[in-house]
Amino acid sequence: MKKESESVKHYSTAIVAAKQVVNDRYCKLALEATLVAARARPGQFVMLYLPSQYGPMLPRPFSIFAVERDKGSITLLFETRGRGTALAAGLDAGQDLKLLGPLGSYFPEPQPGALLLAGGLGIAPLAFLAKSTTVPITLVYAVQKADHLACQPEDLSRPGLKLLLATEDGSAGFKGSAINLLSNQLEQASALYSCGPRKMLSKAASAAAKAGVQCFISLEERMACGVGACLGCAVKTGQGYKRVCSDGPVFQAGEVILNGKT
Amino acid sequence: MEKPDLRVNLGGLVLESPILAASGPFGYGHQYRKIFDFSQLGAFIVKGVSSEPWEGNPAPRLAETASGLLNSVGLQNPGLKSFLSSDLPLLRDCGTKVIVNIVGRTVEEYAAVASGLDGADGIDGLEVNISCPNLKAGGMAFGTDPDATSKVVGAVRKETSMPLLVKLSPNVTDIKTIALAAEDAGADALSLINTLSGMTIDIDSGRPFLGNIFGGLSGPAILPIALKMVWQASEAVRIPLLGMGGITTSADVVRFMLAGAGAVAVGTGIFYNPEIVSALKEGLLEYMMKKKIYRVEDLRALAHRGGFAGDN
Ligand SMILES: Cc1cc2nc3c(=O)[nH]c(=O)nc-3n(C[C@H](O)[C@H](O)[C@H](O)COP(=O)(O)OP(=O)(O)OC[C@H]3O[C@@H](n4cnc5c(N)ncnc54)[C@H](O)[C@@H]3O)c2cc1C
Ligand SMILES: Cc1cc2nc3c(=O)[nH]c(=O)nc-3n(C[C@H](O)[C@H](O)[C@H](O)COP(=O)(O)O)c2cc1C
Ligand code: FES
Repeated sequence: MKKESESVKHYSTAIVAAKQVVNDRYCKLALEATLVAARARPGQFVMLYLPSQYGPMLPRPFSIFAVERDKGSITLLFETRGRGTALAAGLDAGQDLKLLGPLGSYFPEPQPGALLLAGGLGIAPLAFLAKSTTVPITLVYAVQKADHLACQPEDLSRPGLKLLLATEDGSAGFKGSAINLLSNQLEQASALYSCGPRKMLSKAASAAAKAGVQCFISLEERMACGVGACLGCAVKTGQGYKRVCSDGPVFQAGEVILNGKT
Repeated sequence: MEKPDLRVNLGGLVLESPILAASGPFGYGHQYRKIFDFSQLGAFIVKGVSSEPWEGNPAPRLAETASGLLNSVGLQNPGLKSFLSSDLPLLRDCGTKVIVNIVGRTVEEYAAVASGLDGADGIDGLEVNISCPNLKAGGMAFGTDPDATSKVVGAVRKETSMPLLVKLSPNVTDIKTIALAAEDAGADALSLINTLSGMTIDIDSGRPFLGNIFGGLSGPAILPIALKMVWQASEAVRIPLLGMGGITTSADVVRFMLAGAGAVAVGTGIFYNPEIVSALKEGLLEYMMKKKIYRVEDLRALAHRGGFAGDN
């Protein structure tokens, strides 16, 4: 079952420890944020208050991609899309910024044989999940084409992890839809964990339901408060609207309605 | 100089600070109580409560715009019963006064909510949100018509002897007429402004971005409009005004007061900075010391009276 969030909401100052530009689309940001690093669980996120000179801006939500507890740091992996992510990509080591987190619910601990499916930037929380355990699991990482790999296979590898890459054009790994690749693995899986575009999540959820495998998904929605107060980040469920920021972002797939008018 | 006196009387509510939390962005308060100290607030205004639960609007409900935020939450709320049993108890001992915002789709529903809240332990005042669509009048908002305003406010007034604030909609031709109608029907104070109706379009899909198509615009983008409406209302009515709309700095707070507000509320500003309430309060104190103003009440409507004496 989905674990309830026990997150403690720390609003604190973080210092940029390092920035790594992966390529012209993707960027990694390591932040010194001791309290977040100490508590963060895979699937949780932080709100970044990016310093903008030109008028106020809402904080931006980012999944926690990696944690180094001994250094008190967390790493975020993101794609430059608009104003907020451009500002994040412009930060330099030594700069400080405010951050709220860790926020939201998290994935239950994977059992041996768990199957993880990441679509695009959905790799961020699943990379953290994959590294958080030593049990044998399979990670399917699907992107459009090879240069959309936001992180490299060597960054993900660890003993006991089977990594399968899939690209739509075959420029790396398996050619074609990740769902096809998944269906061969699903029967033996102990559970499916997925994060990525809604369409992919919806297909993954129905494949898992058909195979009788438990499925946990991590959702995204536009956010303002990030803590469950404003009711802005709604997702439709069997029991009315829930909040992605505080009831989620990790949900049991059967709970949420992903298709149609949401 | 002694520390300036920030106390204000808002329609019978004596508040320790003129800076309040606006209804909605803070929800029912429990989440933000872990983030900042509510005793910094003059009062906490709870998110809108209706008689039965309201489901709210389809997703997405939020879109950021230039210096603003569009929301179409749709007044999702758990209804009166659940609010009284589950949410209100968590606000006791929150360190500040609690005002509950009321929503409804008929005059009778507003009255029923007011009657259910009247005298409840832990509630210090009520605020009627008259921006809701009137089901019996084709969905036109109560607050866009002086007669409908008068009916709602009159019906709520009959149910409560608590301090009663009426929250005005800015989506009107003449704010003065509505302000007067609310005052005549028994309001003790007026809150203004609520959000301005607006929309945005997703250029990738070519469709309206919000699930509900239309939303309410808040944030710094609406401040000049809010300020003008506070200025106009202060010329029309004698009851105190609670000014709001886009406040993010202590200069904004002062502007609302100079325009005629006795107190102000911050809404969207909490999203930009979870520590905004204490920052605004400090900034206001600093300003008052600099200007040698000892009582915050003395700032009220100063701009209508020629501003500060001398040439500064
Ligand atoms: C829980 C959670 C975890 C996340 N984790 C990650 C992560 O690990 N890595 C990552 O890269 N991203 C992640 N995201 C997504 C990330 O938050 C967004 O990419 C980011 O907020 C975009 O900010 P921006 O300012 O760069 O883009 P924005 O300026 O907000 O624009 C993004 C797009 O939204 C549309 N848009 C924005 N505003 C409007 C408007 N007013 N009207 C119409 N359309 C509009 C535009 O089409 C634009 O291209 C996560 C989101 C959530 C909710
Ligand atoms: C997410 C959100 C929810 C809101 N919910 C309510 C509400 O339930 N009742 C109400 O009277 N006003 C509601 N408002 C309006 C605010 O109280 C306030 O009047 C408006 O946002 C302008 O102030 P601001 O710019 O400081 O946010 C809401 C505003 C936002 C942004
Ligand atoms: S972002 Fe405010 S409730 Fe989720």
